[in-house]
Amino acid sequence: MSIAEFFSMGGRGFYVWSSFGAVAVAMVIEMILVKKRTTAATQLKKTVEETRK
Amino acid sequence: MNLYKYASPVTFYPLAGKLIPWFAALAVVFGLVGLYLGLIVAPEDAQQGQVYRIIFIHVPTAWVGMVVYLVMAAYGVAALTLKTRLSSMMMEALAPTGALFTALALLTGALWGKPTWGTYWIWDARMTSTLILLFLYIGYIALIHAIEDKKRADKAGALLVIVGSVNVPIIYFSVRWWNTLHQGASVSATGSKMATVMAQGMLIMALACWMYAIAVVLARVRAIILERQYQGANEILGFEIAGTEMTGTEMVGTK
Repeated sequence: MSIAEFFSMGGRGFYVWSSFGAVAVAMVIEMILVKKRTTAATQLKKTVEETRK
Repeated sequence: MNLYKYASPVTFYPLAGKLIPWFAALAVVFGLVGLYLGLIVAPEDAQQGQVYRIIFIHVPTAWVGMVVYLVMAAYGVAALTLKTRLSSMMMEALAPTGALFTALALLTGALWGKPTWGTYWIWDARMTSTLILLFLYIGYIALIHAIEDKKRADKAGALLVIVGSVNVPIIYFSVRWWNTLHQGASVSATGSKMATVMAQGMLIMALACWMYAIAVVLARVRAIILERQYQGANEILGFEIAGTEMTGTEMVGTK
């Protein structure tokens, strides 16, 4: 199988690569959102602990 | 082993932190092997051609979408009966990932349906029941955010998820109970109808999705543990600060 054949997926490349691509993009976005939430939660913890002092 | 020990957010928080890198690493390894098997090693399907390769991502996302819901329902039962605090936090952490995978299962299914059946969507039993699953996830998330009292929100959410779990066997058996456009199960407990390498590729991709889902849910539950521990404290402190400021201005006024 050549590279071009691999990407064309028998002329169904759009459907195959959209499927795999959508999942990859969704996972990256989810990881970014969780990372943001973690940063915000850690910041909240800091604020509370500093105000308590 | 004392299970209650790990049901406490305080002990679970560091444990989850230690587990995340392992699950993430396994997700990457399984993902690479699964993609190699599914996209390169597995032969073209005799009936569906190359487009069948979507199953290597479609079936794993659908499995995660369904099983995450059952795990949430189990935590829901634990939250209502054992009243473990972590259970509600786990439910809150699981819901976005479950909703995401269900949406991805619907999307990849539509992208398979168009070239294979000639349509992106049809009100077929399996597809409709999967759409209901997505609505149940969204309903749960909306419900717990609509109720301000966290304890009541958790209870209502747990109840909704438990009642909604009746939908999961409907999804699973829909292809047997009704004459659906969606094809029947390719893999079951008794064996597989697919070529060995195809089944292996699909199972390894499923493992990759599982490892990813576990890692991301553990990361989210850590954020939730911090949020719940400090949000209340922050509000009380906020009042205290507001209170001090008021006395401050009063003092200025008396001068």
